[in-house]
Amino acid sequence: MKFPAWSQEAARSILLPLQNEPGPVLMALQAISKHFGYVHPDAVAIVASEFNVSRADVHGVLTFYHDFRTTPAPKNCIKICVAEACQAVGSRELVIAAQKEFGIVIDQMSLDTEIQSAYCFGNCALGPATMVNGALIGKTDIAKLVQAIK
Amino acid sequence: MSIKVFVPQDSAAVSIGANEVAAAILEEAKNRSINISIIRNGTRGALWLEVLVEVQTAAGRIAYGPVTENDVKALFDADFLAGGAHQLALGKTEEIQWFAKQDRVTYARVGIIDPLSLSEYEAHGGLAGLRKAILKSGAQIVAEVTESGLRGRGGAGFPAGIKWRTVLQTASDQKYVCCNADEGDSGTFADRILIEADPFTLIEGMVIAGIAVGATKGFIYLRSEYPTAIVILNKAIVIARDAGILGKSVLGSSFEFDLQIREGAGSYVCGEETAMLESIEGKRGVIRAKPPLPAIEGLFGKPTIINNVLTLASIPAILSGGAPAYAARGVGKSLGTQVFQLAGNIARGGIVELGFGVTLNSLINDFGGGTRSGLPIYAVQIGGPLGAYFNSSLFGVSMDYESLITAGGMLGHGGIVLFDKSVNLAVQAKFAMEFCALESCGKCTPCRLGSTRGAETIEKIISGIDVAGNKKLLLDLCEVMTDGSLCAMGGLTPLPVKSAMDNFPQDFEGTKKDTKEEGKESVR
Repeated sequence: MKFPAWSQEAARSILLPLQNEPGPVLMALQAISKHFGYVHPDAVAIVASEFNVSRADVHGVLTFYHDFRTTPAPKNCIKICVAEACQAVGSRELVIAAQKEFGIVIDQMSLDTEIQSAYCFGNCALGPATMVNGALIGKTDIAKLVQAIK
Repeated sequence: MSIKVFVPQDSAAVSIGANEVAAAILEEAKNRSINISIIRNGTRGALWLEVLVEVQTAAGRIAYGPVTENDVKALFDADFLAGGAHQLALGKTEEIQWFAKQDRVTYARVGIIDPLSLSEYEAHGGLAGLRKAILKSGAQIVAEVTESGLRGRGGAGFPAGIKWRTVLQTASDQKYVCCNADEGDSGTFADRILIEADPFTLIEGMVIAGIAVGATKGFIYLRSEYPTAIVILNKAIVIARDAGILGKSVLGSSFEFDLQIREGAGSYVCGEETAMLESIEGKRGVIRAKPPLPAIEGLFGKPTIINNVLTLASIPAILSGGAPAYAARGVGKSLGTQVFQLAGNIARGGIVELGFGVTLNSLINDFGGGTRSGLPIYAVQIGGPLGAYFNSSLFGVSMDYESLITAGGMLGHGGIVLFDKSVNLAVQAKFAMEFCALESCGKCTPCRLGSTRGAETIEKIISGIDVAGNKKLLLDLCEVMTDGSLCAMGGLTPLPVKSAMDNFPQDFEGTKKDTKEEGKESVR
C-alpha cells in the first residue's frame, strides 16, 4: 500500500475539519494514520497543540490502540486472524505456513512484507480469515495469500 | 424490463469471491445481450451457501449457491435467469429449510432488500415503528420496550427498558444514545451483517431510543476491522438525513436527532461500555468504575443509553409489531429472539435467528451440520473469548440467558464456535489468558498481571511441571481475577479457563504435548 510522505503541513490541514468535534484526539490520530499509513512521532506535538491537550495525553492514546504504528507502513500487510473461530479451522497452522513461505516472523515490523496477528474480522463462519492490504479473504490457505500479494 | 439478479456485497461473501461472481454475471449477460440489473444486497446469513446468487422470477426469488465465477457460464446455459435447473439450484430462497425454520424478527429484511434503498426499506415494513413512536410519549415508548422483555444483546443481558427509564428520568440539558458496534468477540458477526445488509433498521432503532429518552445526538462506535460496514452505514446516515429521518425534525415531528460514527482503533476492551465511552471521547479505552451508571453520567458526563447493535435493531420491530408479539417468543426471562451466529469449524455456518429456548444441539447439528472437517464436535465455545467451553454432555442446554448460566456458561453476544478433536483445551485456556494480557486496559491488577501469570501457569501445566500444584494455583488466580476486576475482561477471562478445566480435564493432565503450535499432527 502506498501512502504520501510525512509532512507537518499536510498533517495540520488534515486536522482542520476536526476542530469542532467533541473529544477529537483519537479521531485526529486516526486521520493522520489513514493518510500517511502511520503516525509520525512529530504528530504528537501537532495534535496536542491543535486541540489544546497535553503531549502526554496524545502519547497515551497513540500507544493504547493496536491500530497505530509509529513507523512507516509496509509495502504488503498480511493480517491473519488468530482468534478462536479461526483457530478452530487452522489459523495457527496458517501462521506457521505463512512465516515459512514469506520468510518473516509474525508481528515483526518491516518496510516490505509484514504478517500481523489480528483478532476477528467478523468472518468467523468462513475462516481462516485474513486481510491482505485491506481486502478481506475467507477460507484462506497459503495459495490464496501468495496470490493476494502478487 | 431488466431481470433482477442479487449478489451480496457482504464482507464475508466478498471474501470468497462475490465481486468476481457479480462481474462475471454482468460480463456474461453483456455477451449474450441480456438485460439484467445486479443488486448488491446483504447476505441472507447462510454463509455456507455464499456466494448465494438469487434471481427475481415471476414465481419469486430463486437461489443458486455456492456460486463461483467459474460456474457463471453454466448457470446462463441452464437459463438460471428464468429459474432453470442446475446442480447449484436451491429453489425458492425462503423455502430453503435452513431459512424456513428460522424466525427472523430483528433480521426480517437482512439480505432481502438493497441495503441503501429507503423505498425498499419502507416497503418491507421499515419506519413503521418510528412513525408509531413519534405519536407516543417517551414514557409510553419506554413502557413498550420494557413490556417486550428485550434485554441487552451485547452480552450483559440487562433489561433495555429499565436502562432507558433511568435515562428518561434523569434530567439533563443533553443526553446521548450510543450504539456499541465494537463486535470484537471471535465467533460473532451479527452486528456487521446487519449494518451491511439493513443499516436503516439500526438508524431507526437509535432514533426511537433518542425520542424515548430525550436524546438529540447519537454515536455509533464501529470497529475499524469492519471497513465495509463503516462505508455502508455512513452512506445510510446521509440518506436518512436527506429523507428527514435524522435532523432537526424527525419525520416532520418536533423531535431532533442526529447520528455520527466513531471508529474504533483495534482495542477489544473498548467493547466494554465504559471503555467505549472513553474511546468515543477520544481517550485511552480505560474502563470506568461504576457507579455512576452511564445512564446517569455517561458520554461527556451526560445521561446516555448504551445498547448493542442487535438490541437497538430490535426496537423498530417491537414498536411496529407491539411488545406482546415480541414477548410471545422465547422462554422464561429470555424473551424475544436471539440472532445466533454459528462459526468456527462448522459445516453450515451463518446466522440463525430464533426465539430463545432452542437447544444448542439443534443449532450446531440441525442447522450447523456439525463440523466442517467432518470429525465429531469436541468442544463448543459460546459467547466469545470470555465464554465457556462446553463438552458434548452439555449440548442439550436451552439457549437462553438463565439456562446457560446454570450450565456454567453465558450467552454473550450469541456467538457459537465449534471445534473438532484437533483442539487442545489447555492451549485454548492459555490463549484466553494471553488474549486478556494483550487486551487488558491495565486498570485492575488481577486482570493486567493475573492474565500473564495465568498464561505462564497453564504453560507449566501443559509442559507437565507440577501439574496438580499449578492447577490449584490457577484456580486460585481465577478466583482473584473474577472477584478483583472491575469489568468483564478480567472478571470473565476465568470462565473459558475454568470451564475448559472442568469440562475437559483430560486436556489438563500435562501428559499431552501441544503439537499444534509446532505445526505437526495432533497426537490425540
